Amino acid sequence: MTQQFYVSPEQLMKDRADFARKGIARGRSVVVISGADGIALVAENPSPSLHKIGEIYDKIAFAAVGKYNEFESLRQAGVRYADVRGYSYDREDVTARGLASVYAQSLGAVFTAEQKPFEVELAVVEVASRQDEDHLYRLTFDGSIADEKGFIVMGGQAEQVSAAVEAGWQRELDLAGAVRLAMRGLVTDKDASALPPSAVEVAVLHRQSETALGTRRAFRRLGDAEIAELLAEGN
Amino acid sequence: MQETTANQVAANATSSFTEHLQRDRPGLLPFNNPLPAAQSASAQPLQVPHATTIVALTYAGGVLMAGDRRATMGNIIASRHIEKVFPADQYSVLGIAGTAGIAIDITRLFQVELEHYEKIEGTLLSLDGKANRLGAMIRGNLPMALQGLAVIPLFAGFDTQAGVGRLFSYDVTGGRYEEQEHHTVGSGSMFARGALKKLWSPNISEDEAIRVAVESLYDAADDDSATGGPDPVRQLWPVVYTVNRAGARRVPEAVLAEAAQRIIESRASAHRES
Repeated sequence: MTQQFYVSPEQLMKDRADFARKGIARGRSVVVISGADGIALVAENPSPSLHKIGEIYDKIAFAAVGKYNEFESLRQAGVRYADVRGYSYDREDVTARGLASVYAQSLGAVFTAEQKPFEVELAVVEVASRQDEDHLYRLTFDGSIADEKGFIVMGGQAEQVSAAVEAGWQRELDLAGAVRLAMRGLVTDKDASALPPSAVEVAVLHRQSETALGTRRAFRRLGDAEIAELLAEGN
Repeated sequence: MQETTANQVAANATSSFTEHLQRDRPGLLPFNNPLPAAQSASAQPLQVPHATTIVALTYAGGVLMAGDRRATMGNIIASRHIEKVFPADQYSVLGIAGTAGIAIDITRLFQVELEHYEKIEGTLLSLDGKANRLGAMIRGNLPMALQGLAVIPLFAGFDTQAGVGRLFSYDVTGGRYEEQEHHTVGSGSMFARGALKKLWSPNISEDEAIRVAVESLYDAADDDSATGGPDPVRQLWPVVYTVNRAGARRVPEAVLAEAAQRIIESRASAHRES
């Protein structure tokens, strides 16, 4: 018969947290920046089809770092949650706060109850008609939730990237400016001076989507050509 | 053991919102609540609002759908303002005739279904795929239809692959039929179709198509008491959507008001019975 060794709960949680942190730091960073015209989401991601950024609902987007299969299942669960809620109540009743709290509960449950914790970190962001009412929630592998102001940097060398973004962040940034700032942040841990458009995935949540895009769905993914155009504007 | 987990994951991976509801929240589906059988046999048909005439026609570069603004409940006008043509997604629209309450819920479900697929899969469903999904929903409503609560939609969209506007009609069993040129559904559909046969011609312009649609609804309202004509007193005009390569667009009220006024004037100045 094998003997079960005693492991203190502190040690158990610490081991799990270290395991998850290592997995997340191995990936590449994602930057989310709130500006005057909306919220820009930029991820370093060479694949044009395996997304790290996704649309959840009219004004809500999702960004993640870590293991693809884990955050993809969370993204799909989020879309289902939002669509069921919007269908059974009303579209206005779907909020980032509600979704973030569901994510926090499921991440927390997986962290304590499952064999291994999810190696993911998520951002759930909601654009409002006024910048002060934007919501940027950061969710970590253990189910902790933080309400951030201005921007979120996750994954990879998050501290370096975060320092670069913090130095350049202003409330008045337009979407092009926010994307450029995110791109500047993402190269800080590299030898190169700039990332090519094909190496990143960019999406925006338009603040005034009803007038800018003619739809209440504020989320829009940018193609390589559009990204190149945005970057050229600044030079 | 591992195989069962894999099978479970595969079985749970659905891009369909309706399937998700069927599995997790069946009570939210507009169909799926069969009425007690006794009610249908003995009692009179349920008195609920009915939506009426919808017309759809193709034009150069796209397809157009229009609906009048009346809902009736027996001999009563239940609503003068009801809207029966809805955008389904960026490239398609649907119009509904039949039991208004269920039809509006099915429309809402269909809109969420298309958006849900788009968000989960990251691409739009093909136009044929959309038309089939709508057929499956109408088929789901068959038990209610047999008890007198039928919903008959008309579906139109722009096929981005083929680059043409296409039309689909349905029967209560969910049968899907692709229509050419133009089609109508609802109580005034016979009269509207008669008008369309004379007014429609291949490759008409979008402006012309709007006038043709409004005039065919005018003719339907003239002979069918359940179809509402243009109402200059309350400033109510039909709801018209066009779908072309640029997407679905609602025709502004001002354009419709002008088109309706022109028809009323030309009919009045003709000094004829019809």
